[in-house]
Amino acid sequence: MASGSFRKKLGWVGTYLVWIIATLIVLIPIYWLFIVSARSRVELFARPSFIQTSFYAENYTKPLFDPTFQRYMINSIIIATSNAILVSILALLATYALSRWKLKGDDNIFFWTITNRMAPPAAFMLPLFLIFTRVFRTEDWSLFDTHIGLILVYCVFNLPFAIWLLKGIIDGIPIELDEAAKVDGASTFVILIRIIVPLAAPGLAITAILSWVFAWNEYLFAATLTSVNARTITTGLAEFVTVTGTNWGEMAAVAMLALVPALLFLGLVQKHIVMGLTFGAVKE
Amino acid sequence: MKSKWLGWGFMSPTLIILIITGLLPFLYVLYVGFFDWNIFSAESGLKFTGADNYRRLVFDSPYLMSFWITIKFTFWTVGSQLVLGFFLAQLLTQNFPGKTFFRITHALPLMIAPIAVGATWRLMVIPGFGPVPFYLDRWFDIDYRIGSFANQAFFTTVLMDIWHWTPFVTLTMLAGLTSVPKEPMEQALVDGANKFQVYRYVTIPMMMPIILTTLFIRLMDGLRIVDEVWMLTGGGPGAATRYVGIHIWRVVFPKTDYGYGSAMSLLTLYFTIVLCWLLFIAISESTRTSRSE
Repeated sequence: MASGSFRKKLGWVGTYLVWIIATLIVLIPIYWLFIVSARSRVELFARPSFIQTSFYAENYTKPLFDPTFQRYMINSIIIATSNAILVSILALLATYALSRWKLKGDDNIFFWTITNRMAPPAAFMLPLFLIFTRVFRTEDWSLFDTHIGLILVYCVFNLPFAIWLLKGIIDGIPIELDEAAKVDGASTFVILIRIIVPLAAPGLAITAILSWVFAWNEYLFAATLTSVNARTITTGLAEFVTVTGTNWGEMAAVAMLALVPALLFLGLVQKHIVMGLTFGAVKE
Repeated sequence: MKSKWLGWGFMSPTLIILIITGLLPFLYVLYVGFFDWNIFSAESGLKFTGADNYRRLVFDSPYLMSFWITIKFTFWTVGSQLVLGFFLAQLLTQNFPGKTFFRITHALPLMIAPIAVGATWRLMVIPGFGPVPFYLDRWFDIDYRIGSFANQAFFTTVLMDIWHWTPFVTLTMLAGLTSVPKEPMEQALVDGANKFQVYRYVTIPMMMPIILTTLFIRLMDGLRIVDEVWMLTGGGPGAATRYVGIHIWRVVFPKTDYGYGSAMSLLTLYFTIVLCWLLFIAISESTRTSRSE
């Protein structure tokens, strides 16, 4: 018995050690990013040290009070939030349809949605660019460089992911619940809102958050399909490297600022994040 | 009996958006792939060449090379992520102090933009002020320059990807491990199976659907990687980290060889879809068996 509890303690210490190392590995690059963001150009090229006593605030204040940067930040917030809401609603409707109606070719549709996420992005930029500038336009307006354009285009990778995440979760809600409500005279929409949404809530929350994060973090589409009005924070980040001769300090500061909203979300949903991610693949 | 039309009605917004943003561009790329089209060549405009682009591709060694290193990259990253993620998730199923803190911090990289991940790692390894080359040289006498040594650049991108995406795998694995029933494993232990046997014959088979789904997602995203590698190495040195997404990007944008780039994209996409389709079938199979047991 004594050796049993000793082994248990040993396992406990081992687990602890592994997790401390894993956490350090995760944190060191982020910590370094923070350090760089707190240093002036001169300090940066001194001996690389992990200890920082001063704080070079200009790296933060300069972009924060720059109207261009503020606009990028606001654009990112608008686009990511609208995209997350749109994706969650559409994915909920689509997965509900895929799960409850035996639609013709539903397995193929399900797989086809995810193939949209597989395409190497480069070659697909030109057709999207053409669709945006030539197809969806009026005399003095086109989808190019608009918020709505990016919101729609982000669906191409977020919707499939959301559908995959939600499918298993909605499949796992017993269809008897639907039928019982139907007998009581509930319409399909009432069933959806009163039964499906509450039961799939953790999955929906994680869908919305991950869609938000993916949209917030996207770079290539934003860089190609916008020019001035709808540029996002990630394109701003890349501009620091190419245009201004790489101002590392400011770039790091912007990267830190871009991390803040994502951190807030992470804090909010950390309880659901695990249960939402089963993809419904494991059932009892 | 529910009306089929309502089902299609629920599907239609999704289908319409995906047709506009996914299917139409795909058809366009498919069409252009049969033409020679370089906007800056002497005679601009589309010139029909049949399957010439595809014939060229099969013998195009830079493309094949970039494809090969992408597969190598995906193999190392996804393989390590699955092993590490499973191991870390397994440790999280027991209780120990600070567990919640570890779990939350662990999810941090998942939240960072790929382009910022690339930038962060570049700050770590850049000669001059990055700590990695400095301390490697100082403590281990290793000459570390990802701008010059192909192998170092390759393994740095692999490590970066492992750093970025292992947390995602850990979380999905943890979700799986906490939702599979415990009784079969306890029963197996009671029946005299050792820990290894329980893993081999009970836990892993029950986890198979989620392992395969995670593999599916990581594989799909790994094969099309661009942002973070572009930011970290720019595809270099030489072509050492010019993964297929970056290679196509270079063909399409700086070289504006659009017809050829389209053919390249389609071949790559085709390969990805076939691979993922096989996995998809495996997932459906394993879900069925794990549910019927």
